[in-house]
Amino acid sequence: MTDVLVLMEGIEKSFPGVHALSQCQFELRAGEVHALVGENGAGKSTLMKILAGVYSKDAGRIFYRGREVDIPNPRAAQLLGISMIHQELNLMPHLTVAQNIFIGREPRQRIPFVLDDKRINEQTRALLDRLHLKLDPRTKVADLTVAKQQMVEIAKALSFNSEVLIMDEPTAALTEAEIAELFRIIRQLRENGVGIVYISHRLDELKQISDRVTVMRDGRYIDTVETAQTTADQIIKMMVGRTIYEVMPELRDEPYSETVLRVSNLNRGRTLKNVSFELKRGEILGFAGLMGAGRTEVARAIFGADPVDSMDMWVMGRKVQISSPADAVAHGIGYLSEDRKRYGLTLSMDVEDNVVLGSMKRFLNALGIIKRSDTRVTVEEYVKSLAIRTPSIHQQVKNLSGGNQQKVVIAKWLTANTDILIFDEPTRGIDVGAKSEIYKLLNELARNGKSIIMISSELPEILRMSHRIIVMCEGRITGELTAAEATQEKIMRLATQREDTTTSPTEPVYA
Amino acid sequence: MAVDITTSVPQKSSLAGSLLRGNAAQRILAFAALIILFVVFSLASPNFLQFNNIIGILLATAVNGVLALGVTFVITTGGIDLSIGTVMSFSAVMTAVFITFWGLPTPVGILGGILTGAVAGFLNGLVIAKLRIPPFIATLGVMYVAKGLALIISGLRPIYFNDAPDFRPVAMGSVIGAIVPGLEIPNAVLILFGAAAIAGFILNRTVLGRYTFALGSNEEATRLSGVNVDRWKIAIYTLCGLFSGLGGVLMAARLNSAQPALGQGYELDAIAAVVIGGTSLAGGEGTILGTIIGAFVMSVLVNGLRILSVPQEWQTVVTGAIIIVAVYIDIIRRRR
Repeated sequence: MTDVLVLMEGIEKSFPGVHALSQCQFELRAGEVHALVGENGAGKSTLMKILAGVYSKDAGRIFYRGREVDIPNPRAAQLLGISMIHQELNLMPHLTVAQNIFIGREPRQRIPFVLDDKRINEQTRALLDRLHLKLDPRTKVADLTVAKQQMVEIAKALSFNSEVLIMDEPTAALTEAEIAELFRIIRQLRENGVGIVYISHRLDELKQISDRVTVMRDGRYIDTVETAQTTADQIIKMMVGRTIYEVMPELRDEPYSETVLRVSNLNRGRTLKNVSFELKRGEILGFAGLMGAGRTEVARAIFGADPVDSMDMWVMGRKVQISSPADAVAHGIGYLSEDRKRYGLTLSMDVEDNVVLGSMKRFLNALGIIKRSDTRVTVEEYVKSLAIRTPSIHQQVKNLSGGNQQKVVIAKWLTANTDILIFDEPTRGIDVGAKSEIYKLLNELARNGKSIIMISSELPEILRMSHRIIVMCEGRITGELTAAEATQEKIMRLATQREDTTTSPTEPVYA
Repeated sequence: MAVDITTSVPQKSSLAGSLLRGNAAQRILAFAALIILFVVFSLASPNFLQFNNIIGILLATAVNGVLALGVTFVITTGGIDLSIGTVMSFSAVMTAVFITFWGLPTPVGILGGILTGAVAGFLNGLVIAKLRIPPFIATLGVMYVAKGLALIISGLRPIYFNDAPDFRPVAMGSVIGAIVPGLEIPNAVLILFGAAAIAGFILNRTVLGRYTFALGSNEEATRLSGVNVDRWKIAIYTLCGLFSGLGGVLMAARLNSAQPALGQGYELDAIAAVVIGGTSLAGGEGTILGTIIGAFVMSVLVNGLRILSVPQEWQTVVTGAIIIVAVYIDIIRRRR
């Protein structure tokens, strides 16, 4: 089983102002799962989009089964047997599963242009049966979970009888159980001789699923290695060109004495039940839990973004009433959403405008005109102190990498004189190298007296950053751990402590 | 924690929830609004339910309804067509040119008028798909072009069809009345329903309809699926133009003249009918039945208010309010 399906060599690609790929190579064999890793902007997606006909290469050669091929558009790739599942799912939510799978090649009836939906439903059912997926072909895609939408994408790709399947970050939005299901399908495909390219940030997954790993960095090919004979650390080293892991949280030497935020009796329908906690000055308080445990809901309640049934809240010892985000901001609370692009930034505006957007009032003169000299000084200070990598403060934010966008959001809240920062998944979509920079920044903010609530689904991140950890399950706080006593196992146990087991905590149902 | 995600979890939904989801809901709401209007107006005035008045309502809906049918396709793709009103009057003028000036046989002139609309729609599609100009701007441009051409070609004056006595009956004659004496339903009404049936078939059963929804739902995904997006977009705008052409013919036949300055504003009435009928301006959702109901809501409203002697200015105010309410209901529904 060492048939080489795809060979790419000397691939070059430039976008206006960026040399995205230079002399890249890649080899895919039949029946292997080949992981493609690298930091954001390393060129993984770009390289694969060239293979899938989304982009055209500037130079280089592509061989498919030993024959040189030209792939000018997605259709040409599909005809060769190359399908790509894009990071942002490419489905039509208003159409049904079957309509999505057969888009562009609908079976017709004998009259021209008239559709035969009965046939596509039957064919789709056969296809889904082959994958052991219990889905109704007539369900609208909008009504499916993200995981099932992903399965639809896979079914669609396979309906082309694809021999090459490229998956760009397929697990980014999936839960553990869903990932297991995805892996089952990937293994099934591998046995059938399909070559799979697996682009991912999650190194632990590569160990489970991949046979070989190709590492890219800054638009260049670094190396291809056998997964079984390589450690995660080695891969990380190749990705970032340096070692980055420091493990324990940076605890403060002096005690955490000053309570900056106290929340008690927070209730909201069935999503939040009697949530109470305190946040100290200079503390990083981790919120751990499974998806849907209610962590984001707590953050949004504190921030005044969602209505609640009841909540008592004290900031700096003073009782406060928060009924809108504006109230929260006035009390020095900032919320950094996990979806930065939607809720944190105005992407088409530049760095300067984004940073001062929330505190415009401070920069107005008597006539209500923005004092540009003042904003420039402030923003440039933050660009320096937070090490935001941008050609200038006038760069549009959409052109920055995920890590630098996150820093812009942080600068925005710091400009607004925020003392309590709530980070919701602070490193989601941020590559490994930039992650450690964000971590450093969080530590620095805490050292300088800011108080931080950090919601994270990644246990290593929680363990590495948190001074104290609160674990939630089904809308309740099920436990609190100090940095010293916390382990992955303890957190998981608390995170799965369902309501009916709380009376006998010594015997958790889920061990 | 063995969770088998392959087993379908039944969707939680209450009856009210399912009624409020999907565009079936909007259709029901628009239909309910139509019935309420009927009941209120017939209670308020004995004249409302008169046979002649109902015929008047049907006839008044014909042109706006036909225009709305075409623009339903465009709006379902997430686009907009502002040119349909003036393309309608341009098509009417061209029909008059073919029949009155050139003396072509009436059927040929009608076909020419419809094709004039299709050509204008094709132009819209070409500008949008190939020059990548947003639909709002592209069709705004074509709106002015069509308006200007209609005025130039007609010499700023109405053109009458006095030499073609077989033209007016196309809209105002009654095939049904000839078969069933007394049931004088004008042909224009039959044409509206015929056009609606064809539009419904195209939208729901053909490739063109499928891509109309696909484009409105996720254009980029449609492109990446290997669909020639540009070509189908042009086809959809051409179809919309074709309906405008048909609207022009109906308008001209009804007035027995081509009025070059009449069309502007009709596009907004048609778009309003589509929106009241539950087609989403965001694209991806749309129904022909909804559009027809929407068109009737508008004409029943105008007719009823007129019968109640509400001044025309106030009719317009009420229509505007209805549009806002309809869209607001749509937004609430979407939030769920």
